[in-house]
Amino acid sequence: MTYIAKPKFHHPGLKKNELGYTHRDYEGKISTLCAGCGHDSITASIIEACYELSIEPHRVAKISGIGCSSKTPDYFLGNSHGFNTVHGRMPSVLTGANLANRDLIYLGVSGDGDSASIGFGQFAHSIRRGVNMTYIVENNGVYGLTKGQFSATADRGSKSKKGVTNTDNAIDLVAIALQLGATFVARSFSGDKTQLVPLIAAAIGHKGASFIDVISPCIAFNNHAGSTKSFDYVREHNDAVNRLDVLVGRDPIAVDYAPGTVQVVEQHDGSKIALRKIDADYDPHDRLGAQTFLARHAAKGQIVTGLLYVDPDADDLHTHLNTVETPLNTLEADRLCPGSAALDKFNASLR
Amino acid sequence: MSDKKPLSSVNDFVVRFANVNGSGSASANEMFARAILRHGVPVSPRNIFPSNIQGLPTWYEVRVTEDGHLGARGGVDMMVAMNPQTWDKDVAGIEPGGYLFYDSTKPMPSTKFRDDITVIGVPLTAITNSTYTDPRQRQLFKNIIYLGALSALLDMDPKLIEQLIGEQYKGKEKLLSSNVHALHLGRDWALQNLKCPLGLRIKKSDKVGDRIFIEGNSAAALGAVYGGATVCAWYPITPSSSVAEAFTAHCKKYRHDPETGKAKYAIVQGEDELASIGIVIGASWNGARAFTATSGPGISLMTEFIGLSYFAEIPAVIMNIQRAGPSTGMPTRTQQCDIIACAYASHGDTKHVLLFPEDPAEAFEFAAAAFDLAERLQTTIFLMLDLDIGMNHRLCRPLKWDDSKQYDRGKVMTAEMLEQGRDFGRYLDVDGDGIPYRTYPGTHPTKGSYFTRGTSRDRYARYSEEGSVYADNMQRLVRKFETAQDLVPRPLQANAERPTRYGVIYFGSTSPAMDEAIGLLEARGHQLDRLRIRAFPFHSSVASFLAEHDFVYVVEQNRDSQLRQLIVNENGIDPVRLVPIVHYDGTPITARYIAKAIGDHQDHLKVTPLRKAVS
Ligand SMILES: Cc1ncc(C[n+]2csc(CCOP(=O)(O)OP(=O)(O)O)c2C)c(N)n1
Ligand code: SF4
Repeated sequence: MTYIAKPKFHHPGLKKNELGYTHRDYEGKISTLCAGCGHDSITASIIEACYELSIEPHRVAKISGIGCSSKTPDYFLGNSHGFNTVHGRMPSVLTGANLANRDLIYLGVSGDGDSASIGFGQFAHSIRRGVNMTYIVENNGVYGLTKGQFSATADRGSKSKKGVTNTDNAIDLVAIALQLGATFVARSFSGDKTQLVPLIAAAIGHKGASFIDVISPCIAFNNHAGSTKSFDYVREHNDAVNRLDVLVGRDPIAVDYAPGTVQVVEQHDGSKIALRKIDADYDPHDRLGAQTFLARHAAKGQIVTGLLYVDPDADDLHTHLNTVETPLNTLEADRLCPGSAALDKFNASLR
Repeated sequence: MSDKKPLSSVNDFVVRFANVNGSGSASANEMFARAILRHGVPVSPRNIFPSNIQGLPTWYEVRVTEDGHLGARGGVDMMVAMNPQTWDKDVAGIEPGGYLFYDSTKPMPSTKFRDDITVIGVPLTAITNSTYTDPRQRQLFKNIIYLGALSALLDMDPKLIEQLIGEQYKGKEKLLSSNVHALHLGRDWALQNLKCPLGLRIKKSDKVGDRIFIEGNSAAALGAVYGGATVCAWYPITPSSSVAEAFTAHCKKYRHDPETGKAKYAIVQGEDELASIGIVIGASWNGARAFTATSGPGISLMTEFIGLSYFAEIPAVIMNIQRAGPSTGMPTRTQQCDIIACAYASHGDTKHVLLFPEDPAEAFEFAAAAFDLAERLQTTIFLMLDLDIGMNHRLCRPLKWDDSKQYDRGKVMTAEMLEQGRDFGRYLDVDGDGIPYRTYPGTHPTKGSYFTRGTSRDRYARYSEEGSVYADNMQRLVRKFETAQDLVPRPLQANAERPTRYGVIYFGSTSPAMDEAIGLLEARGHQLDRLRIRAFPFHSSVASFLAEHDFVYVVEQNRDSQLRQLIVNENGIDPVRLVPIVHYDGTPITARYIAKAIGDHQDHLKVTPLRKAVS
């Protein structure tokens, strides 16, 4: 619950982006999540990416389901409209919103419970339809808000905080998104801002369904030995395929290590994870290749991070439906209503 | 050797066709109904079909009704028995003195007939097989051949049927001429071999006027086009699928940009009803007019979202074409059984606006109005049709549109209004009518944005679990619902010729049967004032009507008298004074049924001590 309002005061010396917005213009309410929650780091990355892209904050529509992760849209882009919908149903609401106004940027935020369990169908179908959106799953392998039950992305054999062992197989949302035809598929780690920020920026710039699965440890319920989504576990098993620059012709984020080396990235809470640089021959334009790559590493128990697949020429649902360029929500009776003359003709055809 | 005089009637009888699903009979049967219309004689047809595609029995019933009674009548005067599977039941259902028309290629044993009916055998298979070799052609033309024979038996003008065939196969000369040929095959055989016409016959008349013949679902879908709906999300379910299908067809015709050819609409077949209503809510939140069409099971799935629409105050239009429940019930039979489920859909304290059109013309008007209401009230509006209006052709007045009409987008604060410094609180009741202002996403760089959520919040949309804040909001929602009373279509009252202490309330597809029942009741000496309810929340005239009558019958097509429950609940009236008249076997309610139920109760009232209580 947010009780404390953020001060509106901006330091005059704050750095400004191309549109003259400062970092503060991309912030939202103060987070009420547990201090150190991975989701807050993702919030920070979203803020950073939108700042870097010089997006007008109010041109973004942020839509989420229900869960700790789904609360986060309240904590960034305070000047944009947000919609905290119902559990698992963010994708359909986002799809509808997108159909109504194709001119806004749609950011869908969800949890792994939200997207891989109750909302698995909606996740799949929004991707299959090619809705122009950036769909971020803040994946902690547990239900945070309902206090620690396993989600469908929890690995088989992993243990809950209460010591229960998960006997169900895990769903890999990235593998599914690839299979369903997402035209931008990536995975990252909440603590790896260097990797995550450009990924988010690129996803926003992508026309079509972009999906990013972000491993985001829940420090309250899933950061213990036995969990495969804890900081320590992810740090040891992370295998990043590549690093990205911001794609839209702004200041690039420097890639500061050579191919084949290991980069140690410091987390918001001080912990560190190791990323392996992109394989030199990795081709993110090959969907099939991405699928095998993922499967091969999954068999070794490794988490692959980075941009796995992108189709730069993707189109979206509006293209498939051949809708007019003018946002549908701006059309009025003069453009929508066939009028009484047409109705008279219609009546005549029914006699 | 009939022991009952054959029925004799001009322009007033019921013909029922018994067919096998998938035999291609539907279009021939519908042509029969349309042909009678072209004679200037009103008809009221009904499809009675199974929830299977192939092989099971279907019936198509045409009520020929010079008086224009459009409700189901009950009983069959002429049975066109084309389905051996249902033969016994079909023969048993014929009124004494009625007619049985059958394919006599294979003669039936006399035990299969009745003595009190006239049997007309036409060797349809033999005629068909001697003319056509292709099996599909044989099946299809057999239907046209019986149509031809019937036209002779009922004294119909073949020119009018030819005209219809001409319209149907315009530009397809081969199909046109072969259909006309089949028609005459049947007609000539009947004229040469049978005594034509029968006692039942069609005579040209002028009782149709300028009325149109249309299915309720198609009219509702067109209402959505005229009402400015640009987003439709749906999931197939009988009997509502044809709403979305008709919307698609109407949009293809009316909604493409002439210059670019692009669509001024978006239609998505959702993966389920949850997604469909989710898409509607997302689109409406973002300022587009959106709707979904479904039936009972779909409503069940949508209820969580309906609660969100109510509480977060997002417009939504749901067309509910009701069928017999609960659960899968009888999916292809009609009922008015979702009244309570829709009025109070979802968890917590909720109430929703329901509209009850009586026929396709009102389905069109109410569908268009639903979008104005949804945006004005920022809530879910249910358009409550049922299978009987939705999937059957009905005669109704022509559809009308006022070209000067602008859409009522409700209270939307624009960038200019925000710029002028208007105080924007998403849930502030500025005007005292319970309806707050909203802004669309993307309106203004720094003003008017807010976070929409299903959780409690204060007047400025700030999350709050403060009890008083929650209660304040819930009270405002009650005020808003009160405002709705005067915005929704009002009930229509019709008084008996003489003053009476008895009234009847009814709604929706019951209307034509009720109109006819009043005549039957008057003939029995009973006078009743009528009130047709057209929407929930109930207008204050409902309470007045209840106050003015000692007993009010509530006629409806469900087991538990759901409208009566709603009236009792909302008006705090003594339930004893509301007498339930219910019909729920899945067939449309008939005038005969209503007149008997009310008439018997009225007779009963007059001989029991209750009389005292109502003096
Ligand atoms: C229909 C419904 N069922 C159950 C819940 C309870 N619920 C709230 S959040 C949640 C799980 C959230 O998990 P996840 O999406 O992984 O998000 P996290 O809290 O872990 O970030 C559940 C089951 C609900 N709100 N609605
Ligand atoms: S419970 Fe877990 S997921 Fe929720 S806020 Fe706390 S750390 Fe984050």
